[in-house]
Amino acid sequence: MTESILYREIIMDHYKNPRNKGIMRHPDGSAERDNPLCGDRIVIAYKLDGKKKKLLSVKFEGTGCSLTRAGASMLTEFVKGKTIKELAVYTDGDFIADMGVPITPARKKCALLALEALRTAVGIEKPLIRKTSRYPK
Amino acid sequence: MVFKNKKLSAACIRDFPILKKRVHGKRFVFLDSAASTQKPQAVIDAMSACYKNYYANVHRGIYQFSERASEAYEEVREKVRSFINAGSTREIIFTRNATESINLVAYSWGKANIRKGDEILITEMEHHANLVPWQELAKEHGAKVRYVPITGRGRLDLDAFESMISVKTKIVAFAHVSNVLGTINPAAKLVQIARKKSPAIVLVDGAQSVPHLPVDVQAIGADFYVFSAHKMLGPSGVGVLHGREEILSEMRPFMTGGDMISKVTFEGAQWNDLPWKFEAGTPDIAGVIGFGAALDYLSAFGMKTVQAYEEKLTARALPALLAIPGVEVYGPKETRDRSSAIAFSVGDAHPHDIASIFDEEGIAIRAGDHCAQPLHEKLGVPATARASFYLYNTPADIEALIRGVYKVKKIFRV
Repeated sequence: MTESILYREIIMDHYKNPRNKGIMRHPDGSAERDNPLCGDRIVIAYKLDGKKKKLLSVKFEGTGCSLTRAGASMLTEFVKGKTIKELAVYTDGDFIADMGVPITPARKKCALLALEALRTAVGIEKPLIRKTSRYPK
Repeated sequence: MVFKNKKLSAACIRDFPILKKRVHGKRFVFLDSAASTQKPQAVIDAMSACYKNYYANVHRGIYQFSERASEAYEEVREKVRSFINAGSTREIIFTRNATESINLVAYSWGKANIRKGDEILITEMEHHANLVPWQELAKEHGAKVRYVPITGRGRLDLDAFESMISVKTKIVAFAHVSNVLGTINPAAKLVQIARKKSPAIVLVDGAQSVPHLPVDVQAIGADFYVFSAHKMLGPSGVGVLHGREEILSEMRPFMTGGDMISKVTFEGAQWNDLPWKFEAGTPDIAGVIGFGAALDYLSAFGMKTVQAYEEKLTARALPALLAIPGVEVYGPKETRDRSSAIAFSVGDAHPHDIASIFDEEGIAIRAGDHCAQPLHEKLGVPATARASFYLYNTPADIEALIRGVYKVKKIFRV
């Protein structure tokens, strides 16, 4: 139960005070992903460094439940500084592990919406290799 | 308020093994019966007894168990007939679910009769099951689907219904009870209006009505009436299409194959009699037998008692929810002509979050568009949370619902 309250606090912090939220001017790429079943919608935009290899900054816009929005907010922090190559092998499991909160199967779609939008924006496929376990211990 | 029918709920909880389970260490509170109901031991036992004691394919074998299975299967057809007061068992067709029943009508009657310029009249409160088949049929034949609007109070606009029906209308289809708003539509009256003003056939989606209130298909007078077993204590995989014999006799089969024929040669086939003409292939034998036990279970209480009991639960839950600041209820705010499905929102908390917070408390509710996206578009929200009750719910479950709402309010500072 304490774990659950902690999860709420982290999620609610990112939900109420989202990081890197807003419209990016002149991005190197952007994409929108939505979940029509619940009306959630996330737009991700990013800028690359001079060599076009590294994610310099990532911003998001959109609406959704706490997990969708917190997922997007956390993602913008986790992927900043990652190379495109690193992003290409960054799995769903890695992201959920980085989020550090237990996410039930029913809510995975919410948490992963932003990551899917970012992959579309960058033009990479979802990596098939799962490097870490599905749920953090 | 005194809860008079304690006998009903107390008896029920004992009969449903799953209701004794705990979820996240808490008492399991099931408030999602509009999606699918839990099953009493009697249903589980009937299905298991079929497999253990006399299972065989129906309508085929000459041996004892096949005869017994066929008899048990056909007995349920009679139970269904009596449950909805149909004129004959020839009018009771077993399908997979209400969705398949509607598709059967759209494919069989629709394809043979719908022409360019025809109109199909449905309502804004339809479940996708009673919406998409008509859209597809209309698209294919150059017909038009029109939608009767709902009023601001969550009722069907009867004047609009009347004015939208014309000689061009070939199909009228509507939900007897809305799965989102809980609105009970005046089915018999709507059929009457349709008959007076158009040559249309009328289909009533009874998925949310047959489980919760007494239904007399002859009194309603529609051509087709459909529902699902899993929403009324029966297993999933069994649905019913009630159709007027006159129309069913003229219709071509929806699916063809075994059991639905009387004679097959290399040149062609002759169709079997009603109702088997529409039951191609091996049906869900144990499922139908389990459904029979569900009908027995409901009949032991009587649907009037079930309805009265649920009305009491709604009369307690609805005002309690409406009294909470920040809570919005979609659909009629009064219990008259209203079922126990209550769609609601809590401030700007997303329904997914509401459902997750409820889940942590051991409470199961539905979150989403409840297979009615166009209706949610009309309501101006992408999704809602929905609590729905059945005969096994108690006042304690409603208290849990209200406590859950306060927890959501606390977390989301509504």
